[in-house]
Parts: sequence; C-alpha cells; structure tokens
Amino acid sequence: MFQPRSIQSSMTLRDKIFSMDYILLLSILLLGVVSMFAMYSTDGGKFEYHTKSHILRFGIFFLMFLVVSLFQIRFWYQTSTLLYLGFFILLLGVKYFGLTSSGSQRWLNFYFMNLQPSELMKIGLILFLAKYYHRISTQDVNRIKFLFLPIVALVAPVLLVVAQPDLGTSILIALGGVTVSWLAGVRVKFFAYASILFISLTPIAIAFLKPYQKSRILTFLNPDRDPLGAGYQIIQSKIAIGSGGLFGKGFLNGSQSYLDYLPEKHTDFIFTLFSEEFGFVGSLFILILYSIIILRLINIGDVTRSSFGKLYCYSFATAFFIYVAVNMGMVLGLLPIVGAPLPIMSYGGSSMMAIMLGLGIAMSCKIYKDTPVN
Amino acid sequence: MINFGSGNTVIKSKLISRRMFVLTAAKTIVFCGIFGRLVSLQINEATKYKTLSDKNRFREWKLAPQRGLIRDYFDKEIASNEKVYQLHITPENSPNLETLFFRLKTILNLSEKRIFYLKRKIAKQKPWEPIIVSDNLTWSEFSRINLFLHELPGVEPIVSVARQYPDQSAAHLVGYVSQVSQKDLQKKQYLKDMSVGIAVGKTGLENKLDKDIIGKVGFQRYEVNAFGKRIKQIQVDPGESGKNYRTTIDLEVQKYTSKVLEDKAASVCVMDIYNGDIITLASSPSYDPNSFVHGIDKKYWNELISNEKKPLNNKAIAGLYPPGSTIKIIVALSAMENGVWNPKKYVNCNGVTELYGEKFHCWKKKGHGPMNMRSAIQRSCDVYFYEVARILGVDRLSETAKKFGLGKKVLDGFIEEREGVVPSTAWKRKFIGKNWYLGETLHSGIGQGYFQSTPLQLCLMTAQIANGGFEIKPRVLVNEKKNNLREYIKYKNENPNEPLPIDMLVSNFDLNPLFRNQENINFIKDAMFAATNEAGGTSFRSRYNDQKFMFAGKTGSSQVKRFTALQRELEIKQKDIEYKDRDHALFVAFAPYSDPKYAISVVVEHGGTGSGSAAPIAKKIIKKVLERDKLRQNVENLIGEEI
Repeated sequence: MFQPRSIQSSMTLRDKIFSMDYILLLSILLLGVVSMFAMYSTDGGKFEYHTKSHILRFGIFFLMFLVVSLFQIRFWYQTSTLLYLGFFILLLGVKYFGLTSSGSQRWLNFYFMNLQPSELMKIGLILFLAKYYHRISTQDVNRIKFLFLPIVALVAPVLLVVAQPDLGTSILIALGGVTVSWLAGVRVKFFAYASILFISLTPIAIAFLKPYQKSRILTFLNPDRDPLGAGYQIIQSKIAIGSGGLFGKGFLNGSQSYLDYLPEKHTDFIFTLFSEEFGFVGSLFILILYSIIILRLINIGDVTRSSFGKLYCYSFATAFFIYVAVNMGMVLGLLPIVGAPLPIMSYGGSSMMAIMLGLGIAMSCKIYKDTPVN
Repeated sequence: MINFGSGNTVIKSKLISRRMFVLTAAKTIVFCGIFGRLVSLQINEATKYKTLSDKNRFREWKLAPQRGLIRDYFDKEIASNEKVYQLHITPENSPNLETLFFRLKTILNLSEKRIFYLKRKIAKQKPWEPIIVSDNLTWSEFSRINLFLHELPGVEPIVSVARQYPDQSAAHLVGYVSQVSQKDLQKKQYLKDMSVGIAVGKTGLENKLDKDIIGKVGFQRYEVNAFGKRIKQIQVDPGESGKNYRTTIDLEVQKYTSKVLEDKAASVCVMDIYNGDIITLASSPSYDPNSFVHGIDKKYWNELISNEKKPLNNKAIAGLYPPGSTIKIIVALSAMENGVWNPKKYVNCNGVTELYGEKFHCWKKKGHGPMNMRSAIQRSCDVYFYEVARILGVDRLSETAKKFGLGKKVLDGFIEEREGVVPSTAWKRKFIGKNWYLGETLHSGIGQGYFQSTPLQLCLMTAQIANGGFEIKPRVLVNEKKNNLREYIKYKNENPNEPLPIDMLVSNFDLNPLFRNQENINFIKDAMFAATNEAGGTSFRSRYNDQKFMFAGKTGSSQVKRFTALQRELEIKQKDIEYKDRDHALFVAFAPYSDPKYAISVVVEHGGTGSGSAAPIAKKIIKKVLERDKLRQNVENLIGEEI
C-alpha cells in the first residue's frame, strides 16, 4: 500500500491502465450498451438519428473519460478552480448569447454541439468545493468567514441556472455543492439555518416561478388534476411502467412509447421506456447497475488517500446517486417532473459529457489513489 | 509536503468517512424506496396498468347490427331491411368543422337547426366517434357527396341498412322503429352497449321483440396512437343480426282487410279458434311506418295527430268500446250456466220496460212481441235481456265475461294494449267508490254502461264459444307449442260415435273448459246461427247461402251519446246524426258454421248499426279467410312434418 511517491509519479501507461477500476469501467460500458438499445427502441426499431447520435456521443465521451482518467489527480486538483470559473463564464455566456428552446435559454451553440454549461457546472462546483475544503483545516470549516466563499460559489451559478429557467438542473447543482459541504464537516446547524432561510424564501420564490413550473408542482401533488395537461406525463409514465409487469412487453413492443403516449421518451423518460419493454426484471437490472457504479465510486473514495480525492469521489458518487434517484423518482411519480436526465441512459450531449468528465476524474483518483495532490 | 499521517489529515479523513456513512445509509433507503415503488407498480398493480395501457392503445368503433325480419305466416316479409345511404362525420378527422358544415349546407340542404343540433352533439361526444349527419340520403345527394368528397375531410359516405316496411296494412301490429331516445336508454338495459345511432322499436311487435330482434352490436378494434391515428386493425366482430320472427298473420288477408276498411275508423280481428293464431289484426285508417324510421316529418306528424280517426291508435287492441249487444251471448250463457234462466222462457217485449220508474227501451220502438232466449239473441231483443240480466245479477255476469276473455289483456308485451272494463259491484266500489244500482245491471245486460272491451277481446270471446267452450291463448308469433285443442277436435271428428265424457276429455287432452254444460255453448252457437241465417235475424242480410262460407254472428251497437226522448219519438236514424255522435257498430262471428275454424270481430267507430256497417265487412273478410284456409293448413302440416 505505502509505496514511495517517486514510483507513483513515474507510472507507465501500462501501470495506469492496470490500476483502473474495471468493475466501474465495465458497468459504464454495459450501461452504454443498454442505453443504445433503449435509444434504438425510441426510434421505433430503426437505426435512426437518435440512435446514431447517441452511439457517437457515447463513443466520444467514453474516450474522453479514459483520457481524463489518465491525467494525474494533481492536475485536476490544480485546474479545478479554473474549470469552475470557465464553466461559470460559459453560464454567463448563456445568459447573453444562449439559444432559447421551449421557453428556456440553456444552450450555447458551438460548431460541433449545443453545449449546456449548467450540466458541466454540476461537476465544476463539486471540484471547486472539494479543493476549497481540502485546503482549509477542519477547525476553520465552521468559521463564518470560511463559509462565505462556498456560499457564493454555490449560489451564483444556481441563480444563473434558475433564471434560464431550469429548476431541475439548478437543484441538482445545489445538491452537489451541499453534499461537499456536508462531507467537509459543516455543522448541522448551518444546514438547518439554510433550510429555514430557504423555506421562508419559498413563497417569494414561488411568485417568481413560471406558470408551467407551478403547474408541475401542483400536478405532482395531484396528477389527476388535469390528466390531459400537466398530469399527462406522470400518468402515462406510470401506465407505461406498470403495464410492463414482471417481464415487460418485449423489446420494441412498448405500446406506450411506440404509439407516442410517452412524452420525452429519449431524454427524461428513457427509464420508463426501458421499464415498459423489459418489465420489473429490466428495471431492477438498471437499478443494480447504477448501484454498482455508485458503490465503486464510494469505494474509490475509500481507497483514495487525499482529502480532495475523498471529498470529490464521495460527493460525485452522491451527486450521481441523486441524479439517478431524482430521475427515477420523477418517472415513477414519486417526485415532481423537474427535468432531470438519467446519467448515461438519457439522450443529451452535455449531460453525457459532464457525467463522463466526472467519472474520468474519479477514475483518475483511483489510478493515483496514493498520490498527494499538493 | 508529505502530510500523510499528519493529525489534521487523519481527523479530516475520519470526519469525511463518518459523514459519508450517513449519506450511504440515506442512499440505501432511497434506493429501497425506488425498489418498492417498482414492485408496487410493476408487480402489484401490473394488471391495472395493463388495462389502462390497452385502453390507451385500443379504440373501438361500434358496428350497428342488422335488425331481424318479421314475416307473415307464409314467410312474406312484413318488416324488412333496405339499403340506405348515410353520411357520417368523424370530428377529429376534420380540420375545421365550421367550413365543413358550410360546405355540407350547400350540398345537402341542411337546416340551421339541424347543424346547431349536430354541433352540440359533437361537443358532447369523443372526437373519434362518428356522428350521423343524415341517415337516409337520396341517391342524387349521395352521389353529389361522393363527387365533392376530396374537399370534405372527416366526411364518410356510408351504405348501410335500415328498417323498411313494404306494406302499411299491418302498421299497427308490427309497430315501427325510430331513433333511440333518452327515455329508451333509461328503460331498456340492453341498449347500453349499442351505438348511438341505432333505431329501436317504439310500438307493436317492434317494441315487444326489440331486445332479441335488435341483434348484437359488433365492433372494430384498432390500435391508435396518442394523436388518435389508426395504426392497425386488431379485431373485428361483425356482431349478429337480430333474430327473425314468423308471425301468425296472413299478410294477404291483412291487406285485403285494410282495403275493405278503406278510410273508416275501424278494426278487425280474425283468429283461429283452436290454436289462437291471429290471422289478421287490422286497424284503420293506417299510417306509413316508414316515415318514423328516419325521423318523422313535422307536417305528416301533425296530420296524423290531428286526424279525428286517430290513425296512430291500434284500435284492435287499444280501442275500448262498450260491447253492446254482442255481450248478449255471454249474458245468455251466464244465465243458463248459473241455472237461473230457462231458455225456453218467454218474455213479452213491447219496446220498453220499467224499473223503479226508470224507462228501459228496446232498440225496436214497437217491441218484438213474445221472445224466448233463442229468438231474443236472433233479433237482439233488449227488453228480454234486461229481464235476464235483472235475474242474473251483474256479479255472475262479470264472472262469465272475465272467463271468456273480457276485462284483461289478451296478448303479452304490447305496451299499447288495454284491459277494458268488466263491471261488477266490487269493481264499482273500488274504482268509482259508489254502490251498484240495479238499473246499471240492466244496462250491463245489453253491453252498455261501464262495459269496455277491445275488438281483440270480443274476437277471443267469440272464438272460445265457437270452439266448444275451451280456453285458448291467442298469439301473433309462431311457436312450436303443441296444440291440444286441435288434437281433441281431430279425435272427435275421427270418432264421432264415441263421445267421451267431458272430464275424460279434459284429462286426456289437457284442455281447460270454460263451461259447466257444453249444451249451453251449443245453444249459443245455434242462436248465433239463427241471427245470421234465419229470417228476422239481425245479420240476415249479410248471410252466405253457400255451406262453405256460412257463418254465425251477433251484431251490436254501442251508444256514444244517449238517445234523447225526442230523438226516439222522431225515430231518428243513425245516419242522420252527426258523425261523432253516431253509435259504434260491432259484429262478432265464427265460420264456417258446420265446422267452425275462425272467429272474427269487427268494430266500426261511429258506424251506426252492427247489421248495417259491421256485418257486411265481416262477410267479405270471412270469405277471404276461408278461401285461404286450405293454404294455411298445408303450411301448417308442412311445418309439422319438419318438426
């Protein structure tokens, strides 16, 4: 275990590849393959636009994942502030140059893709806060003046994303930041104060919510309120999942998605489609696959020696878990529809890019688990 | 630089791990929650959601079944189906209903009111359910629609079948169908699954048989997508056409009767006296039942309901008339059966009799002179029957009248049929709340007063006398019931020399005799023979001399308005009175006398006298019926062999 640092830093490519977490790697690949089948089904059993595009993205970003993981963890430690600031500038850019689609300004148009910086910010904030808490001592964590920077770093991008408006992503970004702060040891009372403040601000926030967002929350509370309007998605999603039964309707036989009853089946509701076609057994398979990925990420956190690595891996594992839980909770009718993609499964380049970046850095932690970051 | 093992890092690591433990626990709980939800949706409630998914997926379009046919005894169609051209609109296939209706208005001549009605109906139903704009287009309208079809999205020209009645003569008995109403839907459970545009029976047989004749609704099941577009056909059930029915009616006789009655407000019933088969049940004037099938024209409707001869009323079963002198055969029978009157007893008729100061007149002002029972029936002497009724009493009369079929419904399931009234002391107390007066007994004795009966009841009464006094159950639908009475008659004709005692007949042939002594029945039959075939009889002028057609009958006339003393004094004739005040003319008979087979009743509203207007009609119809008797027996034997 305790190898001299000089040997670590002179690892050959071979050594690096051998010290990867293969269970994690295989799980990601397997999930990628599963997602391709699901995407093929959303295209009505044809090899068409969404399928091709998804396969291409998965391929490119999987390669990116490998490249990212080969960089030393120290590199990611050093560039984390820079990455955070870069993502923040992109978010600002969205505000001024962003593309608007279905009432929401979320994308920046690059030549090869439409980038959604808010997705990248999910990782950027975790990196930034992990570095911040790595650098300050345990005693300082709960001092007011050391709380100031994390709060600003968290609130600023969240507000930008809320303003897009994109409630779902902003919540996910905020939860990532909160997780890092929690792990770093911020006292429970501060979370309590924050919660009270948040709750007391909620009525004011509701006044600023767009009508469709209000309607989504009301619909979640009572899906039958307007079955052909806002509640339609939840009802149809539950019908699709429930009608899948134990073994599902069979690949390409999901009538709910095939006949267009299911909304957003490429993106947020991809799990619904899969559940309908492969039933309870298929759903459980996906759930287990995600559990393995999360457990491996936690395991990397366990074996990584640096506080930065631990904070990052644990936080990312938790964030990854939250993405999965929020998406599944949403399609299963346990949470309101907030627009949260399912990692890797859902169609969408930025989300895939952010997740692969996050997984790559975690893998880098694994490879350089014994290397100090500073 | 190396701060492995330094206190701060170790503390930090421990803190992070501790806090991570809490998060991991929370994750486990949340994933368990998701797992639980999956179990609940996909395992526990899978059936419910599968149903909901199928409900999404499949849509059914109903196919209206073809209505069963109604035929006469010789398999001629009385109610058939014909091809009709219809126009349906499926609202969801039309991008703009306003322009569509505007176009249709110019092509089809639709009224604003109809369009308003259609729009309201469209708003109420599902957008994929077709709505019937017109269910009976002419060929030229239909071809015009087809010509412009490409400009009319959502419009579907459809060739369908609808009810058609080839003949009006049986309109009352068969009834008619018309569009289903809200009331029908509430009353008739079997209509629940039917499509909206279906026609249901409203009156007569169409109404009585509706449940089985309407058929079973079919459907086409399609898989549809979320936008309602049909993807593929999954299942087709063509449904079942309704059951066909064969009636006992002879359409030929029915038509003939209708022709004989012309425009008179009248009705005729002809019945087989052994099995109760109703050969003819005619009511006049008639109406066109076809006019109801596609919604009746307002003008025609007003014409029908304002006609004082009441063409919509089935007079044969819903018309109530005092039986008049036709009741005398029952009065006489009752008196003899009860042993209170010797038929040989003479009563002297001088045109009037008195009871407690009230005068009771005979129809013949001068009087008939001395009368016995036979001559009193033959000449229909009122004074004689006042006396018989006085001795008999109304309650005994009422009992016999009921036994022979008066005062209760004859057929099953005809909503329009009425019961009539057979008065008795108890009846009066119950329905009028007063005690019976003896004078009323005298009126009842000549079939006036409270007495009310339908022509069908009178026919049944006559038939049950003609067949020797046995109960029969009249029917309009052919069924395969064994006919005991006919077997008995056959036995009797084959063994004329060994008459069986009545009780053995009853037990061997399972008959229900309505008499105590069959001699009394025979006496009545003989008296009726005299009334038609012996000089002085009331229907003597309508007799046949040919044995083959010779019949025996009893006339009657029932007062609509009481004759005043002045009119009586002036000897006013019926034909000189205003139409609506004239008496109803009645006639009941059976034929042929030598071997009775059929009974007939004729009622002509405001016809004057039975002998003058009802008996001549009966004469014509009896001939027609008897001419066709052989044909009828052949069919029956043929069917008998098949079974």
